[in-house]
Amino acid sequence: MLRGVSLEVAAGQLVHVAGSNGVGKTTLLRVLAGLAAAEQGAVAWQGQPITAGFESYVATLAYLGHSDALKADFTAHENISHEIGLRRQVTAAEIDLALARFGLAACRDLPARVLSAGQRRRLAMARVMLTGASLWILDEPFTNLDRGGVQLLSDVIAGHIDEGGAAIIAAHQPPVIPRHAADCLELA
Amino acid sequence: MGLVYHGDLILAFRRWEQIAQPVVFFAMITTLVPLALSPELAQLRQIAGGVLWIAGLLAALLGLEFLYRADYADGTLEQMLLSGQPLALLSLAKTAAHWTSSGLPLVLVSPLLAISLGVPTDAMGVLMISLALGTGILSALGAIGAALTLGLRRGSVLLSLLVLPLAMPALIFGARGVDMAIHGDSARGPLLLLGAMLVLSLTLSPLAVAASLRISQE
Repeated sequence: MLRGVSLEVAAGQLVHVAGSNGVGKTTLLRVLAGLAAAEQGAVAWQGQPITAGFESYVATLAYLGHSDALKADFTAHENISHEIGLRRQVTAAEIDLALARFGLAACRDLPARVLSAGQRRRLAMARVMLTGASLWILDEPFTNLDRGGVQLLSDVIAGHIDEGGAAIIAAHQPPVIPRHAADCLELA
Repeated sequence: MGLVYHGDLILAFRRWEQIAQPVVFFAMITTLVPLALSPELAQLRQIAGGVLWIAGLLAALLGLEFLYRADYADGTLEQMLLSGQPLALLSLAKTAAHWTSSGLPLVLVSPLLAISLGVPTDAMGVLMISLALGTGILSALGAIGAALTLGLRRGSVLLSLLVLPLAMPALIFGARGVDMAIHGDSARGPLLLLGAMLVLSLTLSPLAVAASLRISQE
């Protein structure tokens, strides 16, 4: 499906993966995240193939796919505490802070299934932000977000890049991230 | 790991109708047997061991539906794979949570249902222990089947086909053990064998599940 794709990402770099529907953006991101294996070629992190030391590789990345990866019956707070808790210790205060940043303070104790699609996307991004990962791999993160949400997310991504993180974003529209220009990888 | 166990239990209890389903199924079968066959306790006592075990096994099989399916559908399975934690350990925690919410209720309800089949009270202990071990085996083996059939059409049918043959040794020894207890003999042999099968399944299952979960993502 995908052929001849070559990509290098350094710290502080923002990459926009573009292409029409079905061309393979999601597949590429999943291969980069280590969820799927490429038939030919390999993904390397800091010079090492990710297959050697997979666990340390995924500790440095946060992945957001098409689904929000939220449990419908957990509250917003519980969703984050259970998912981040798997990776690192996180305090309730940290989670509350992140929820507030994403405008979800009122939804703290609501089960995820009653949140709107836009709120769920924000919650998913709050989770990404809290992982503390240096590489963010985001598949259509702006889906379902209103204008305020798009602005907020762009600011959060800008903040992440400011701190030296890297982000690979698949999106139909080029993301407008303050202070940073995206390198575009066009898939055909 | 404790987080996963705890979390899964919370989720299971918030959907308590999922916990109730296997129990209701278990109760239904054991209630229907005296109606369909014979109300004579003496006759029922002969088949009680087998009936309780078949019903228990099928009920536990029903409970397997919920393992991993929801996680696969809502995307949290992907996050589990990317959490950096050893997948085998996470799988063990999920299997344990599954048994607690699915197998344990069956064990607790079994004495009540056994009375209606004429099982004497001295045999209740053996019944409960054998079912506890048996449902544990089924949770462990069933997890492999659940992980292998993720995302497949008609996955539930395949799941049953995969898991039932694996569960047959447990069924044979479990039913035998209960029978022996009903007749007043010591059921130590079958119970020890069940215990050994449980240890074997618990050791191998997490590794097989971890491999299957990774495959499901490709």
